Order: sequence, then C-alpha cells, then structure tokens
Amino acid sequence: MEYLIHIAVLVCLYGILGLSLNLVVGETGLISVAHAGFYGIGAYVTALLLVGLGMNFFLAMALGIIASGLVALLISGVISRLRGVYFLFGTIGLNIIAWSIFLNWQSVTRGPLGIPSIPRPGIWGLDLYQNLQFLFLAAASLAIVYFISVFIKKSSFGRVLNSIREDEEATQIFGYATSYYKLAIFTIGAMLAALAGALFATYITYIDPSSFTINESIFIFSTIVLGGLGSSRGAVLGPLLLVFLFEGFRFAGFPSEIAAQMRMLAYGFALVLLMLYRPKGIWGTFRI
Amino acid sequence: MPILSTQKLVKSFGGVHAVDHVDLAFHGGKITALVGPNGSGKTTFINTVTGILPMDGGEIHVGGVVMRRMNPADVAAYGITRTFQNARLIQQISVLDNILVVLTERNVWGALFERHTALHLEKAGNILKKVGLWEKRNENAENLSYGQRKLLEIARAVSMRANIYLFDEPFAGLFPETIEVISDILRTLRDKAASVVLVEHNMNLVRELADYCYVLDGGKVIAEGTPDYVLKQPQVIEAYLGK
Ligand SMILES: Nc1ncnc2c1ncn2[C@@H]1O[C@H](COP(=O)(O)OP(=O)(O)O)[C@@H](O)[C@H]1O
Ligand SMILES: [Mg+2]
Repeated sequence: MEYLIHIAVLVCLYGILGLSLNLVVGETGLISVAHAGFYGIGAYVTALLLVGLGMNFFLAMALGIIASGLVALLISGVISRLRGVYFLFGTIGLNIIAWSIFLNWQSVTRGPLGIPSIPRPGIWGLDLYQNLQFLFLAAASLAIVYFISVFIKKSSFGRVLNSIREDEEATQIFGYATSYYKLAIFTIGAMLAALAGALFATYITYIDPSSFTINESIFIFSTIVLGGLGSSRGAVLGPLLLVFLFEGFRFAGFPSEIAAQMRMLAYGFALVLLMLYRPKGIWGTFRI
Repeated sequence: MPILSTQKLVKSFGGVHAVDHVDLAFHGGKITALVGPNGSGKTTFINTVTGILPMDGGEIHVGGVVMRRMNPADVAAYGITRTFQNARLIQQISVLDNILVVLTERNVWGALFERHTALHLEKAGNILKKVGLWEKRNENAENLSYGQRKLLEIARAVSMRANIYLFDEPFAGLFPETIEVISDILRTLRDKAASVVLVEHNMNLVRELADYCYVLDGGKVIAEGTPDYVLKQPQVIEAYLGK
C-alpha cells in the first residue's frame, strides 16, 4: 500500500512535468529538453530556503517558481531566436548549464553531496509526514496544473500557440509578435516545472544533481510523446504509463540490478515501437 | 494618392535580380493585376512588400509612410494582408480555428484571458458560409482538398479586414464555380475601397477583374495600363511568346 502511494505521488509529479512540457512542445512546437533544468531550479531554491532559512513551505515554493520563471524569461530572450533543431540544441545546452551549476556551485548546493533532510511541508498545523497526506497535496497540485493547461488551450492565446507551431511566419503575417508568445509559454512551462521540483524536493526530502540531468528531460519528453503531443489528457496518461512500466519491473522478480537494466531496455523498445506504429502517441492531436 | 507604392524596389538572390528597381503603385477601390511569365518576380515582389524577404534597396510607401524595412509582424498593422501561391494554412487545427486565429486578440495578456465569443463565431461563420466551408468547420485544415484550401486561405485573408490585399495566384488550378466565388470576393473588397493586388496568369480573368495591370519580366516592369492596352503591347506579347 505504501508503495502504491509512492507510485501515485510519482505519477502526480511527472503528470505536472508532462502537462507543463506539453504546453511548450505539444502546443507551441518548441522542441525543448531543458525541462529538468527548471524542475531542478524549483527543487533547489525551495530546498535551500526550507533548510537554510526555515521558511514556510508555500513561500519557499512560490520563490522557487518565480526563480525558475525569471531564468526562463532571461534565457528565452536568447534562445527563442533559434528555430527547430537549433532551438533543441540550445535547450540541451541550457540543461547542461543548470546541472553543472547544481553540481559545481558547492558553497550553495553542496555539489554531489546534495541537500539532505529537507522538511516536509506543514499545512494548517498538519504535517504531511505521511505519504498519503502528501499524495493529497501532489494530486491537488496536479489538478491545478491540469486546469491551467486546459485554460490556456481554450484561450485565444492557446490557438495562437498552435498557429506558431505550424507556421510561425504566417502567424506573424496575421499581426502576432510571435516571440512574445514563445517567451510567455516557455516561462509558464518553466514555472510549472518548478512547482513539480518543489514538491519533489520535499517529498523525497533529499536532492542532488543526478535528478536533474538531460536524461531526466528526455524521460519527461518521452512521457508526453507516448501520451500524445497537444493533448492535456495525454500529458497525464503518458507519465502514468511510463512510471508504471518503470516500477513494474521491480515486481517482475528480477534482481534489482538486472531490473534496472531491463527497464531501460523496455523503455527503449517502447519508444522505438511507438515512433514506428503510433507517431501521434495515444491521444495526440499533433505530430512534429 | 496610392495606398501602397514602391520606388526602385530591389531584391536579389545572389546574381539574380528577382525584383529590379521596380516602381509600382496600388490604389484603394481598384483591383491591380500583376502579370508576367514564370520567374518574372511577382511572388518575390509580394514577399518583399510583406517582410517575408528583406529588401535590398528602394522604398516602400504605405499610406504615405516610408517603410525602409518591413517585418512580417508589422505588416498587419499597416493594413496589409496576403495569401501564398501555395496556400499556407495552420494544418493541424480546425478550419474554424484557422479563421478565429485572425479574429482574436493580438496582445499576449489579452489573448491569455480571452475566449472566442459569439461575435467571433458569427464573423467566422459568415465568411465560411460564403466560401462553402461551414460544413467542414471542425475538420483539420490538412484534410481539405486543394480548392478548399485556397478558399480557406482567401477567407482568412478577408477576415483580416485589411486595406491592401495581395493575392498570389488565387485562381490557379480551380474549377469555374470556385473561380466565380473568389471573383465575387475580390469585387466585394474593391467595392469596399480596399486595394486588391492580383497575381494571375489567365488573361481573360485579368481583363474581367482588373482595373489596371502591370507586366513584369526579369524583375522589371515592361508595361503598365489597362489590361486591354498592355496585353496588346508588342513587348508583352514577346515576353510571353518568346519564352
Ligand atoms: N528564395 C529564393 N531563393 C533564390 N532564388 C529565388 C527565390 N525566390 C525566387 N527566386 C528567383 O527569383 C526569380 C523570381 O521568382 P518569383 O518571384 O517566384 O517569380 P514569379 O512569382 O513571377 O513566378 C526567379 O528567377 C526565381 O528562381
Ligand atoms: Mg509566383
């Protein structure tokens, strides 16, 4: 039971990451693999404020989200000029830079040692030490992010994002300053990823740079490709399936080392098969 | 005074002078045809005037204002809109959304908190019914036939409510019924005092629709005047038959 709760929390976290990345990749067509960088900024800023200053959880989380948004805003001024594959490489660089800072700015982040004993949040005097209670917080956050995602999709803004995805130049001819739209959605995506980061840091109560590598970004990316780009439902379903696929191998009776290798293999095969037979993913409305 | 004019407009690709010191003027309430053999620079002219390609020399005047440089995103603000020789639709969204996208808020914050209204739907519905695509409104644009794509792109341009419309071969490859629908739309725009620029190869259509006509060849204007006049000019006949 405790283990199921753990999986459910992971599904919520990856659901938030999937929904927020889908706004950038699925709705706007910006092929970004920097998401784990922003996830990490949210996690680190929140953790440092909680551990260092003993700040209130929600305040620390809000500051983590704002920090991530500011970084995204500054950076997207530069990388939103890049298109297609060049944008992709720009985001790879970005994730590597973020990860290097987590790893090397030792006086603040403690580098590879990571930050231990991050306190779990307390709400209205209720400590969320129990995983079940934490699950409620994670699920509520997922619900809020889902609502934001649907709100954006149904707005005029969302339609413009889709238009940019398909033909940015034509969208400009209609009178849209598309770079502001790209900047806005990249920043919103980064802020929502930081929300997941804040939850992750307080849930696991320990973070180190290894959770925020480019591999993690690629994993998040593949969850939404599986679920289907351009679909909010898909952006939750994909993470759910991949988390279960990953965790499922522990139950298949393999020794833990082999299980780890087996699940990477299965994940790899799943991606290849997906691209071959269902490039739009399960619920996708868009293929790249 | 013309609402759109160019002076010594130049656009080159390497050594090719696709638009070579061209002076053209377009008036409100008129349909002006731009004709000339393939490769004579008609599309390049439109691309330069709409900021898709940066100009290499000369000036563009819009409503009396000099534009030394146009960005695609500024073009709409000057009341200019266009279609493309190969229709450029927003493929993976619906026909209706293809129209709504040009009717709704341009400002980022405004757009984020705006949902399309009954008024937006009514406007989109009117134009889609006019081009016979109302039944297809929920289809993705990529599923339309060639003729339907051309119609949708024209409907979208009309929804922009511009002063200057640049149509790049809107009739190419269409059936007579469709040509009639589009001709009607062009005449309606003219009657509403817009300036309509029409690139077209079919000289009968040019005679029927255009008030004035420019003939381009090798990036230069080789004749101008009423369609009947220019089509009789020896250099025009040679430009077409000589190739
Ligand atoms: N993007 C481009 N790059 C290089 N050359 C081009 C480009 N676009 C057009 N051209 C050249 O410019 C000339 C004019 O082409 P275009 O404007 O398409 O003619 P038209 O529309 O009258 O058929 C042609 O010689 C064409 O090959
Ligand atoms: Mg052409």
